[in-house]
Amino acid sequence: MNSDEKPILRINGLNKFYSGGFQALKDINLEIEKGEIVALLGPNGAGKTTLISVICGIVNPSSGTVHVDGYDIIKDFRKTRSIIGLVPQELTTDSFETVFNTVSFSRGLFGKPPSAAYVEKVLRSLSLWDKKDNMIMTLSGGMKRRVLIAKALSHEPTVLFLDEPTAGVDVSLRKDMWAIVRELKAEGVTIILTTHYIEEAEEIADRVGVINNGEIILMEDKDKLMAKLGKKQLILDLRDQLSAVPQGLVDYNLELREDGMQLVYTFNTQGDRTGITSLMDDLKLAGIAFRDLNTTQSSLEEIFVNLVEESS
Amino acid sequence: MNIYGIMAIYKFEMARTKRTLVQSIVAPVITTSLYFIVFGAAIGSRIDQVGGISYGAFIVPGLIMLNLLTHSISNASFGIYFPKFVGTVYEMLSAPVSTLEVVLGYVGAAASKAVILGIIILITASFFIDLQIAHPIMMMVFILLTALSFSLFGFILGIWADNFEKLSVVPMLVVTPLVFLGGSFYSTDMLPEPWQTISHFNPVLYLVSGLRWSFYEISEVSVMLSLTSILVFMFACLGVVYYLFKTGYKLRS
Repeated sequence: MNSDEKPILRINGLNKFYSGGFQALKDINLEIEKGEIVALLGPNGAGKTTLISVICGIVNPSSGTVHVDGYDIIKDFRKTRSIIGLVPQELTTDSFETVFNTVSFSRGLFGKPPSAAYVEKVLRSLSLWDKKDNMIMTLSGGMKRRVLIAKALSHEPTVLFLDEPTAGVDVSLRKDMWAIVRELKAEGVTIILTTHYIEEAEEIADRVGVINNGEIILMEDKDKLMAKLGKKQLILDLRDQLSAVPQGLVDYNLELREDGMQLVYTFNTQGDRTGITSLMDDLKLAGIAFRDLNTTQSSLEEIFVNLVEESS
Repeated sequence: MNIYGIMAIYKFEMARTKRTLVQSIVAPVITTSLYFIVFGAAIGSRIDQVGGISYGAFIVPGLIMLNLLTHSISNASFGIYFPKFVGTVYEMLSAPVSTLEVVLGYVGAAASKAVILGIIILITASFFIDLQIAHPIMMMVFILLTALSFSLFGFILGIWADNFEKLSVVPMLVVTPLVFLGGSFYSTDMLPEPWQTISHFNPVLYLVSGLRWSFYEISEVSVMLSLTSILVFMFACLGVVYYLFKTGYKLRS
């Protein structure tokens, strides 16, 4: 049933109602290919963690199907769960256990025979080897986060879920995490992460999904998304101050900034013509000279905020 | 079957005992010794024989049962409740382990600890009295079945409890009174009516009676009735555990 051509994760018509009637997931349909890094963005309570929890078996779905590597998560739970690793959002650890023992416990729990060599490899890759005999309660928050990653990797999963992996960690550790994620991708691991940090998705994701109110409102290749939805702006630093946009340039919808010292032209990169050439000609005709010019592109954050506002 | 998963849970739970050795082993041994000093030596010396045996020897099965019941319940309930409390239960719920495997791991460890404790109590008792066991195999059967059944009960309690008070209220307010009123330290023949009849509605009476028979061949109810009642209780607990996991009660939303 499973083959390389099939998506590693396929979700069809997934709904989740909590007791009391609240619908956390609404008709989710999603496919994720092997080896992808997919970032799921969404505001608090959007349904990101519920979605991950359903796939991992922590939350029961109300309706719909989820297949991991071609296997149903309910009927073939042993197969799906044995290839999934989960790093939860909260720093939930066994405080009184040592790092080595807790990672070994996870490996056994997921049905793998004991392997001190593999546990050592995982701990070394996460810079935890020198802490292997430390009790978890003595570790810093960042180190505990690494322990959770080590536990999730202990049974050699091919699909890894990271639920807000860098929430509350410093910039340096965040970059370390990104490096780890890239290494895992290089090893062929499919990674699905939820995040609040748009820069995280921008930095490491291949595809970006946006969830709001339990619905996936967008799932798109990150670069295509930024190109498609990203607005580009041409900013002209003027030589002489303008009190208003000249009449002959009204059609360009120019914005006057910096006390009349800057003209901003917003254009769509996906259009047949950007209009920049004709703008330059018209500026010359209007006798407007400029000292400098540069372009900026809207960030994923702006795209995300716009999408969420639209869907709400 | 996920044997490695069962072993991981079992080893993890047994390792917890090592970390709490004083609480798990030393404290019950000291408490039992105190029972022997107070009930066996001080009070027992003023009590005639009960059922043809000395009072000190008479209370041994009751003391073993008291420890088996309380520690089976507390070990198993704490074992599953603590991961729920700290949030690490997510790992068990997302692991490729079935209900049976989870139960074998947690309940197996809790029952193992209770049996080890029961044997330690037995050894402790031998320092105070001249211990005789008429049916050692049946004694082990009773000890094993009791440990397993009440570990299952404790497991259910741990799933049901959503705070520490609930976790301790059943052992304190239900189990301990039942053990004390179940003929652990006296024969129900010594009670006036209607208490003698009422005592027969206490399930612990059947456990204590069965275990006491394996020691001294004296019992208040038939041995088969004791065995049957404990087996019924065990399968009832198994049924409840299966239902809890199937529905995800207080585990999966």
